[in-house]
Amino acid sequence: MSETPPAISATPAALALIAALRRQHGPLMFHQSGGCCDGSAPMCYPAGEFKLGARDVLLGHVGDAPFYIGGDQYERWRHTRLTLDVVRGRGSGFSLEAPEGVRFLIRSDVCAVP
Amino acid sequence: MRYARPNTPGAKVSYESRYDNFIGGEFVAPVQGRYFENPSPVTGQTFCEVARSSAEDIELALNAAHGAKDRWGKTPAAERARLLNKIADVMEAHLEELAVSETWDNGKPIRETLAADLPLAIDHFRYFAGCIRADEGTLAELDEHTVSYHLKEPLGVVGQIIPWNFPLLMAAWKLAPALAAGNCVVLKPAEQTPATILLWAKLVGAILPPGVVNIVNGFGIEAGKPLAQSPRVAKVAFTGETTTGRLIMQYASENIIPVTLELGGKSPNLFFADILDHDDDFRQKALEGFAMFALNQGEVCTCPSRALIDKKIYGTFLELATERTKRIVQGDPLDTSTMIGAQASNDQLEKILAYIDIGKKEGARVRTGGERVRLGDGLDDGFYVAPTIFEGHNKMRIFQEEIFGPVVSVASFDGFDDAIAQANDTLYGLGAGVWTRDVHTAFRAGRNIAAGRVWTNCYHLYPAHAAFGGYKQSGIGRETHRMMLNHYQQTKNLLVSYDPKPMGFF
Repeated sequence: MSETPPAISATPAALALIAALRRQHGPLMFHQSGGCCDGSAPMCYPAGEFKLGARDVLLGHVGDAPFYIGGDQYERWRHTRLTLDVVRGRGSGFSLEAPEGVRFLIRSDVCAVP
Repeated sequence: MRYARPNTPGAKVSYESRYDNFIGGEFVAPVQGRYFENPSPVTGQTFCEVARSSAEDIELALNAAHGAKDRWGKTPAAERARLLNKIADVMEAHLEELAVSETWDNGKPIRETLAADLPLAIDHFRYFAGCIRADEGTLAELDEHTVSYHLKEPLGVVGQIIPWNFPLLMAAWKLAPALAAGNCVVLKPAEQTPATILLWAKLVGAILPPGVVNIVNGFGIEAGKPLAQSPRVAKVAFTGETTTGRLIMQYASENIIPVTLELGGKSPNLFFADILDHDDDFRQKALEGFAMFALNQGEVCTCPSRALIDKKIYGTFLELATERTKRIVQGDPLDTSTMIGAQASNDQLEKILAYIDIGKKEGARVRTGGERVRLGDGLDDGFYVAPTIFEGHNKMRIFQEEIFGPVVSVASFDGFDDAIAQANDTLYGLGAGVWTRDVHTAFRAGRNIAAGRVWTNCYHLYPAHAAFGGYKQSGIGRETHRMMLNHYQQTKNLLVSYDPKPMGFF
């Protein structure tokens, strides 16, 4: 029996940024966005800032921060495994890292067993 | 021809090294004295610094707006319309300057800013100047002695958060109806593209009374959030993505105020078999309609990023469409022959490349493009992506998510019902395209696609007086039409009795 890989993991650079943001802002949470502009980008907030709905799905934890995605979006993403990374940039939206001159980014792989 | 780069000899635009906020009719330094660097996506190099504002600056702007709101709200519609028309005239007189700036700040080709962004933004002020002159309340005679009057009143002070894909045009879409309806505005531009609206404020700022429009720049978390959360705004308008859209609704729920949201889409573009029946202008128009995915580098909420092609013509049409796509000229955005320019930011570039990557991993086939482009000539550090055509199926993630890049995902459909089923198999419903020579098919498809706008035998037209807004998760509200006035107005009902006699209850 093969072990199911976690639905979300993070690169060392992303984990370092999460640790830095946590020192600055306290406990964190993530929510995966969809739609235009900064859409399809992960959003990082102070824990509790974003009110979760009944249909949001917990994909896993990055660092010690929970990572959520909307239920409808989850249905369309569930066959892929996500990796949280960080790149130079700015983003828009209210994600915490934007003022640092970097932006969280999602990379994806196809699950071996959907 | 090629326009000179800003701040070089012969340039239409000369930027200052640093920009403050525009509050109460003047430029005001941010309270905390911080600024952020603003790079051009054309070269990747910083060209000015812009105020990095905080909650204190938002409060200053709200003070100015609240100070101006009573007088502005009571200013006659004719006078408000006159000032909006004056703004349009000044913009028109400086069209090239603003167009070059928009290209430099966003990366989009100059032929687009000259032919679309600026003319549309100018027309928007004129359109709402006209609408407010013709706007009126209603009255009803409820009985012989009782009349119900419905008068429209401005909301007061509103917050507007602007996206980076059409910075000045999206600001115009939101400012024009709000101002026409008599509101004062605190506007936060996107942090990727803060420059042109500041040039705009320098040009037209003195036309409006101080405090009517206030522009506060900065990051979403530092400046956008205090604006969206403030109990001193009567409404928030936002264009962006779904998670921030939900967050803005949550903030609005704390204050029980309305929001309008435009949150993007994954627009299907349907090509029915009869478009190839004749080798004529219409065939060429449909092929152009396919290639529209590259407009504005795909950074359009209604990018026709899913092309669904009738299987009867799939191979032939896609062959022609690929050939057409390969003819798209990518280059220096300041060159008038350039058709596709730079993505707006490095993170946007990286996100697009990450999508191209998952597209390949899911088994979609790249027909053309699929990579970053290095253009040379000082543009190597700019953010350029080749127009990309993927073939795959509608369940793939590249068919389900707005990539916001010059990437189209192509699949075939088998019959009308399958076409509509695939078109509607998406979380979003902002735009769609239908191409056919058959009026019955056109009408049926248009009515069956769950999207706020269905372009029929055309695409990417954004005229004022055609409502724009989303079904499903694409948002709330309708812009670019006089009905947007309703989103910036309260209804006052005066219920008046003209009967001198008592009612006789007590």
